[in-house]
Amino acid sequence: MVTETTQQSTTDSLDSVVIRFAGDSGDGIQLVGNKFAESTALFGDDLSTFPDYPAEIRAPIGTTYGVSAYQINFGPSEILTAGDEPDVLVALNPAALKVNQEQLREGGTLLIDTGAFTEKNIKKAGYENHPLSDKALDSVNLIELDITKLTMDAVSEVGLSKKEGLRCKNVWTLGLILWMFGRSRKSVADWIETKFAKKPEIVEANLRALNAGHAYGETTELGAGLKQYTLDKSEPETGLYRTITGSEAAAWGLYAGAELSNLELFLGSYPITPASNILHQLATMTDYGIVNFQAEDEIAAICSAIGAAYAGNLGVTTSSGPGVALKTEAIGLAVSAELPLVIVNVQRGGPSTGLPTKAEQSDLHQAVFGRNGDTPLPVVSASTPADCFDVAIEASRLATKYMTPVIMLMDGTLGNSSEPWKIPDFDSYEPFPVTHRKEPEGYHPFLRDPETLARNWAVPGTPGLEHRIGGLEKDYDSGNISYDAANHQRMTDARHDKVNGIRKDIPKQDVCLGAEKGKLAVVGWGSTYGAIHKGVEQLRQKGLDVSHIHLRHIWPLPENLEDLLKGYDKVIVPELNAGQLTTLLRAQYLLPVEGVNKVTGQPFKVSEIVEAAHQALEN
Amino acid sequence: MNMISPPEELNAKDFASDQEVRWCPGCGDYAILKTMQKTLPEIGARPENTVFVSGIGCSSRFPYYMSTYGFHTIHGRAPAIASGVKLSNPELDVWIITGDGDGLSIGGNHMLHVLRRNVNVQVLLFNNEIYGLTKGQYSPTSKPGLRTPSSPLGSIDSPISPCAFALGANARFVARAIDIAHKPLSSVLKRAHAHKGASFVEIFQNCVVFNDQTFSDFTDKKTGADNQIHVEHGTPLTWGKDNQYGLLIKPGTLELQKVTIGEDGVTESDILVHDETNRTMATMLAAMEGPDFPVALGVLFCDPGTPYEEAVRAVPKAPGKNVKQLLASGKTWTVD
Ligand code: SF4
Repeated sequence: MVTETTQQSTTDSLDSVVIRFAGDSGDGIQLVGNKFAESTALFGDDLSTFPDYPAEIRAPIGTTYGVSAYQINFGPSEILTAGDEPDVLVALNPAALKVNQEQLREGGTLLIDTGAFTEKNIKKAGYENHPLSDKALDSVNLIELDITKLTMDAVSEVGLSKKEGLRCKNVWTLGLILWMFGRSRKSVADWIETKFAKKPEIVEANLRALNAGHAYGETTELGAGLKQYTLDKSEPETGLYRTITGSEAAAWGLYAGAELSNLELFLGSYPITPASNILHQLATMTDYGIVNFQAEDEIAAICSAIGAAYAGNLGVTTSSGPGVALKTEAIGLAVSAELPLVIVNVQRGGPSTGLPTKAEQSDLHQAVFGRNGDTPLPVVSASTPADCFDVAIEASRLATKYMTPVIMLMDGTLGNSSEPWKIPDFDSYEPFPVTHRKEPEGYHPFLRDPETLARNWAVPGTPGLEHRIGGLEKDYDSGNISYDAANHQRMTDARHDKVNGIRKDIPKQDVCLGAEKGKLAVVGWGSTYGAIHKGVEQLRQKGLDVSHIHLRHIWPLPENLEDLLKGYDKVIVPELNAGQLTTLLRAQYLLPVEGVNKVTGQPFKVSEIVEAAHQALEN
Repeated sequence: MNMISPPEELNAKDFASDQEVRWCPGCGDYAILKTMQKTLPEIGARPENTVFVSGIGCSSRFPYYMSTYGFHTIHGRAPAIASGVKLSNPELDVWIITGDGDGLSIGGNHMLHVLRRNVNVQVLLFNNEIYGLTKGQYSPTSKPGLRTPSSPLGSIDSPISPCAFALGANARFVARAIDIAHKPLSSVLKRAHAHKGASFVEIFQNCVVFNDQTFSDFTDKKTGADNQIHVEHGTPLTWGKDNQYGLLIKPGTLELQKVTIGEDGVTESDILVHDETNRTMATMLAAMEGPDFPVALGVLFCDPGTPYEEAVRAVPKAPGKNVKQLLASGKTWTVD
């Protein structure tokens, strides 16, 4: 947790810090954030990030809706969220200040670029008076620097145009922030040199800006409010580390799922925010033996993956809510034809086009129920960026073992956020190799494994196993088309029993923090993990009887979940939706669980969880 | 070591499944099915390597009647599913069976893309100018004015020409045939199969129940000859019972003209020679219709290019690339 900083000392010692970089979407804010995250990860900190950017690619310059922000929480302690309130806010223009000022912690540090606080920009941001005359700023440690001019001075000798020179503003700022927290410039400098290798003058200008920003911190007379912060050196577990975003982890997990199942990975996808990053990641990996197909639309994307599954591969499609809606009919086909498939939904705000760049968890019902007919399928969900790796593997395992499509839920926050990840020992992952049926004797396409109820998987190219499948109902005993009434009942039951049977094959639900029974359980799923966990930790430190339960398996629910939940006097379910898991748990267990719901496009704050828990305990 | 014995000779029966065929008696689909079952052994196809993928509609029941691999999918999506099959296993011989509603209405988008990408599959579009399975509504190829349950006053839609669509989508093989004309249909199927890349074949298919005789002007055994032309690469574009008609480019225009050989000083040497690699000519041939022009049959266009699946798979898996290597790649650091 953030310890109070004092303004008297010139260095502060903390165990975690939240910085929020904000500026115009053309200012390169995401880049600064990412590069800072990389440097601090290399330093050995734990961290969590939250990129918060507008849906417009280039909104008009200087407007509030064109503000892009990147929040990072880092430090030697265990970091689980991107932080409730920034300790340091960097505002590169008035609009960025306007949008983000409220979030700054009282007594926090505000760094602004006075060079961008021109009358015109102030007006554009919608201020009536000069923002720095605001009384509210009295309680913050305000650092006013003309970053625009300082950057131009630093790069003047390189001979760039004014426009190009100004582009280095973000890197100058990064240099200063790196100094503030004693982080190395090396990884940034390396990156600049590779990225702009073909444009030596750009390399030169950016390096000068980076060093100038750093030097400014070092040499400037104190009193400008600038100070250096010292964070305790963290002592993470030994091992090999890297930073990873949820999108990367999901892409790698899908590839790992293919390797563990001994199948080729086929991705059929169509660009959509915020899921495209998984497509981009896998597109760079064709030399890993991945077949990548950017289809003409969402429907073709999933259909191509179904075709790949029919041909014997691990078919995968990645999308977000509106795209998954388009795939619905095809998902039904995969359920009916009983073909393995992984459908990744990186959820965003809905309904319809909704809030493309903001996170929400409002597709849970779509995932569990959203199809025509009685069409059950397993649903799994990832809770942290790194967890996407393991959950993608689990989705692949269930899909291939049970011959079923599986929906994996992520959200925009998970997809875009990064965290340091101790690289797992891949040898410790249990392989689940698929054997395609080769034996013609006694074969029919819907012959089921007596235990898993999965049908046998024979693929085109195999002599003697030629067969026809489709979306029409099939005869239980031959796989041929059947309109028989009793047979339809039997097949519907078989599809249900197969998916329900997965309960026996998934881990019992654990309590990730707190006692296995007691006064209050806070049940969550997905990217709310960090906020809930920190919240429950705080409550427990105060001696309150609260536990945190976080679901990975949304459908079927773990076998012991009902009994587990019945062991608490109260159960609350925080979700970034109008109460979807709440409804599901009530329907399944007839338990009066209560929702804690928020749909602002922003993640939960730890304080919101704490407050909700207090309320539940008091009532 | 296993001895690889030469595969035994197959015949039409080896390609017929044990399922009872359930089209209406007299439906043109029967003839197409028969021709397919006879043609496959002739081109050396193997049931285990052959996949029929279909969408929804009368024609899309086709895979159930073949003893090959088959996938009866969802409405309009067969080209997308077939693309996944072919990209996953380029060794397979993939046929798409679709209709005018399935392939050009609900699935028009996928049809466009499978053709322009040039995925090495054969697309057979059974055109009967009607929705059969849903009981006779007008389709995107129905003639204007067609009265159906959903167009009681006559269809007001302007129809699409499947071959013109395919040519516009940059298909590299476009051909036409008639359901019951076994020989020409068989030879078109063979050409389509031999073509590396997406092959598009429009088959005029008579729906005896909902749109009977809609093609009889040019398919009728007695009178059709004067109204259909079988185009063949390198031969003059002539037709008629006595081969008395021919096509030429009307001087000073970019239009075709129907002429009678021997009249107005026209001799056979004046007649335009079919060049199947010429897309403009193919487009003009595809657009011909009665009563002024014959309907063009045979291979209208064939100009092979790189099949899509070859391009997709151009980068082979590099040795040593696997999950372990991936996890340790890029920027990492060690805590000790
Ligand atoms: S409705 Fe028409 S197309 Fe369909 S099976 Fe009957 S005759 Fe054939």
